[in-house]
Amino acid sequence: MLFHIKNFTRNVAVALAMSATLSVAQADDHDGQKRTADNARWKSECSACHVAYPPGMLPAESWRAIMSGLDKHFGSDASLDAASASEITAFLEKNASAKKYNASGKPLLRITETRSFKSEHSEVSTSVWKNPKVKSPANCGACHTKAESGDFNEDDVKIPK
Amino acid sequence: MLRVIFTLGSVLMLIAELPIQSAFAETPIEVLATFKVEAAGTPGFQEFSATRGENFFKTKHNHNLSCSTCHTDNPAAQGKHSETDKIIKPLAPAANEERFTDMKKVAKWFKRNCNDVLDRECTAQEKGDVITYLLTIHK
Repeated sequence: MLFHIKNFTRNVAVALAMSATLSVAQADDHDGQKRTADNARWKSECSACHVAYPPGMLPAESWRAIMSGLDKHFGSDASLDAASASEITAFLEKNASAKKYNASGKPLLRITETRSFKSEHSEVSTSVWKNPKVKSPANCGACHTKAESGDFNEDDVKIPK
Repeated sequence: MLRVIFTLGSVLMLIAELPIQSAFAETPIEVLATFKVEAAGTPGFQEFSATRGENFFKTKHNHNLSCSTCHTDNPAAQGKHSETDKIIKPLAPAANEERFTDMKKVAKWFKRNCNDVLDRECTAQEKGDVITYLLTIHK
């Protein structure tokens, strides 16, 4: 019996220690966005032209708006067959951000206009954005060396010279 | 005994060949043949021409864009997306064996890219000319 109590106490202590570490890691500035959700069709279709932006970077209403206008996708025709579009939309909705961004009443379509993007990039100078190697704030992989795998941890950022 | 070995050998050879047979849905020649059937039914059809295809590929159409804006003037080389800088693998089948081996993919990209570059879908004649040109490219 005593053994069981000891064991239980130890387990609780371990669990508490782990959750403490976890909350520290989450509050840390270096946790970045790490993709956990995955879908083969989303990955292959979206990454054909750009980094497959993680679903958690926009709320569901934004993804729905983007997916319903793929024939005019930021100036390009990115239309998909109906089956692919509905599978990808469902995946994006399921893993979307719970935050609401539509202060203007319209869903935001650009990740770069979200508050989290702006605050995370507030230290980035205008010369970095103008660097031809960066070209556009949509080009995550220019600085986030692991963007392709959905890892946006600040420790892996390498700003091109 | 010999027969068993022989049978086993044939089965193994068959298994070894399976991935090769199922790797690609179509060959570029089959894709081209599909466009030829489509084009032949349209008025003014001319036999597909690599020269016309090359000219179409390199000519700037609308928005100052051509196929070669992203795919470069050398379809055996790597290209780059004009907006996002994403690397585009070579378009010529000689340099990239995956090209023109999946009709669904071919249709998807012709529709998208023609809409971007010409503000309309390409005709079967234009698609056939371009593929004919791409098939003349060597690495």
